Amino acid sequence: MNLYTFASPAHFYTLAGRLIPWFAWGAGLFTLWGLYIGFFQAPTDFQQGEAYRIIFIHVPAAWMSMFIYLVMAFWGAIGLAFNTRLSFMMARALAPTGAMFTFIALWSGAFWGKPMWGAWWVWDARLTSELILLFLYVGIIALWAAIDDIRRGDRAGSLLTLIGAINVPIIYFSVKWWNTLHQGSSINLMKAPSMAKTMLLGMLVLAIAAWLYTIAVALVRVRRIILERERQSEWVKAILAKES
Amino acid sequence: MNWASWSDFWNMGGYGLYVWGSYGVTAAAVLIEVILLKRAAAETRRELKRMQQWTASLQGEES
Repeated sequence: MNLYTFASPAHFYTLAGRLIPWFAWGAGLFTLWGLYIGFFQAPTDFQQGEAYRIIFIHVPAAWMSMFIYLVMAFWGAIGLAFNTRLSFMMARALAPTGAMFTFIALWSGAFWGKPMWGAWWVWDARLTSELILLFLYVGIIALWAAIDDIRRGDRAGSLLTLIGAINVPIIYFSVKWWNTLHQGSSINLMKAPSMAKTMLLGMLVLAIAAWLYTIAVALVRVRRIILERERQSEWVKAILAKES
Repeated sequence: MNWASWSDFWNMGGYGLYVWGSYGVTAAAVLIEVILLKRAAAETRRELKRMQQWTASLQGEES
């Protein structure tokens, strides 16, 4: 038994099945903890009043929308380079959750923009590039769905993912490169955070919750994909026979 | 403590619509994803079991 054992779908199926409850419960607990900090410990903002509390979902969702895309691109690249079956399955399993977080980032942004800027939407570089990210997710999912040949679909979808990855740094740096209505990064690795510690903690806790959630749902989805693709194999038949 | 009462909490200093509009839709999106995923996973299993039984019955007729 070595590390590569889990690169085989059969072993990964079992491993993922064991891991899912841990990630799911972790996500639930971190969500409750993060919401408690966000609503009961973090103080009212002196400029934005209570409206700023949208930050606790907006920022983690926006981070996830970009991280998940990069992870998808990573798996796509590994799949294209080494032709590993599981990598493509991981990429496919992540896409719907990435699209969901992108939608949440845009939606919560609109609901934050309206009271603060007076507009639900502006064609500012940050907002526009994030909207393009949503279109990329939808396009990739549609491409996968449209191609019946699994191998060709995997390759085409992953290629599109890789090409679209150029959009992620554009989103991230848009607030620096262009004069945007959207504010600059809330957190910068290079300098001390400019926000209250409890606000920062709430955001980080909910970001971890979002990660745990993403891993849990992606694992559920990848197990389903494994079952479908390996349905002719003996181990899948054995698993299904054991369950019924 | 930030809130004097429940109505104070729901009001969110006058920003209730925006704060709860964001959190509500987020909760709904997560809930919908989880429900769809559970359904799809159950559907796949049902489908595969049906195919398996069908193949098994064909093999049974042959022998």
